[in-house]
Amino acid sequence: MAAPKLSIRGLGKTFISDRATTVALAGVDLDIHDNEFVALVGTSGCGKSTLLSIAAGLETQDAGSIKIDGVDIETPGLDRGVVFQSYTLLPWLSAQANVEFALKASGKSSAEAAEIARDHMHLVGLDGFEKAYPAELSGGMKQRVAIARALSYRPKMLLMDEPFGALDALTRHHMQELLTGIWERHRLTVLFITHDVEEAVYLSDRVAVMTNRPGRIKTIVPVTLPRPRRYTMAATPQFQAFHREVMEAIRSESLAAAGFGAALGPSDGA
Amino acid sequence: MRRPSKAGNFARLFTLGGRIGAAEFLGIAAAVFAVLGLLWLASTWAGLVRPLFLPSPGQVVARLAELWGSGQLMADMSISIYRITLGFLISTVIALPVGILIGSYRGWEAAIEPFVDFIRYMPVVAFVPLTILWTGTGDAQKFLIIFIGTFFQQVLLVMDNVKSVPRDFIQLGRTLEMPEWRILRGIILPSAMPAIWDSMRISLGWAWTWLVVAELVAATSGLGYRITTAQRFFQTDLIFGYLLLLGILGLATDQAMKYSGRRLFRYLEVR
Repeated sequence: MAAPKLSIRGLGKTFISDRATTVALAGVDLDIHDNEFVALVGTSGCGKSTLLSIAAGLETQDAGSIKIDGVDIETPGLDRGVVFQSYTLLPWLSAQANVEFALKASGKSSAEAAEIARDHMHLVGLDGFEKAYPAELSGGMKQRVAIARALSYRPKMLLMDEPFGALDALTRHHMQELLTGIWERHRLTVLFITHDVEEAVYLSDRVAVMTNRPGRIKTIVPVTLPRPRRYTMAATPQFQAFHREVMEAIRSESLAAAGFGAALGPSDGA
Repeated sequence: MRRPSKAGNFARLFTLGGRIGAAEFLGIAAAVFAVLGLLWLASTWAGLVRPLFLPSPGQVVARLAELWGSGQLMADMSISIYRITLGFLISTVIALPVGILIGSYRGWEAAIEPFVDFIRYMPVVAFVPLTILWTGTGDAQKFLIIFIGTFFQQVLLVMDNVKSVPRDFIQLGRTLEMPEWRILRGIILPSAMPAIWDSMRISLGWAWTWLVVAELVAATSGLGYRITTAQRFFQTDLIFGYLLLLGILGLATDQAMKYSGRRLFRYLEVR
């Protein structure tokens, strides 16, 4: 098998403040291959966002290594596109200008940036909204612009930190379909963080489940559902089986994290 | 659905988070002015208060008209406006970079913020004798008082405005490999600008106060100076007239700043 696009070995991260020492990550091992879509799920506070921050180069690890194409990640870079949960559209720029902003930062001329930005607005289905300001866009539209922006400068991989977490259920479903569609047509390497198990199964080639703090990879579930994925698949027995498998892995962690442990015990399906 | 009744419509104005139309807002604001004006008119007309303590609106208007006719009013107003414009600009031009710097870098914050806080608590009025000693009683002393009264407050306000720029915006700049200064100029500054504009509007109000304080104590011209001389001659109508004028000037500049802020940062409004 070819060398992984993103390779994480024995990754550890500890936050030390005056009041407390928090071990966020301890011994995380994970490989993501070229053009693979991997979702990382875990209970809140398990360190999954910390892992993504380290992959983005916004934080540094205390132990272990993280490499993209065999090169250590030490700083943020244009080889990784990041989509934040908070949209992070600059409010004084129109939707298209937000995409152009990233392209210009990556060294494109204004004319090139305008053309590429238009193409990517089209890709996320926002034709006609080029001149709209972020305040005029819905949450889903804002996140589509953010995805267009992250894709526009052709990063080697996409890092998405609960990108649909702030959206309503219906919009979230539409966004998942849109993202799968783009992914299936254009093939990208994606690390996608979420706590929504159904979302993880629907989108991914593999779902990595994290333990509670200190976070490490508890298990990896390969999702062998056929592609293209259709939303109707969620009702199929195969989908339900994958869903249950991930749910079981995460359930014991979330029970422990919430202090339910002995009160609820192991589930019947286990 | 039930149509909102007249009473329900009224209750909406005094409900948490309720809405109001522009015309309603203006109407209520104008009504308060009108009621207070009428009370003033009525109490003086009925002779409830001696004119020395509270002159009638007619007296005040007559006095203002007289001063306008002689050119005195215009002269007083121009010199005061000149002083506040320049004093406020000097303060703002220095406060902006300092505030942005200490809002962006913790090292600069540690160096400057505690010192600014320290000076900020010194009463500005106590600086008046010192500033006269240093710069005399001319315009420079007015600029200095406006500066001392405004600058230190502005620095802290701007610092807070810059600090409230979402962390993710800065992270976005980092992931785009933007150099520090470009993140500062291209992301932090435009992001903080609407809030900074508001801070400037608020601090302009304080600058008016310090200008008049400076003019009251030591000046040979200006609105504040005219008020002091009026006191000497018991010209209560002039004092009232100039106070009203100061109120109107303050309200006008405030509204102008608000209006231009809405024009400048139109992108924040949902159309």
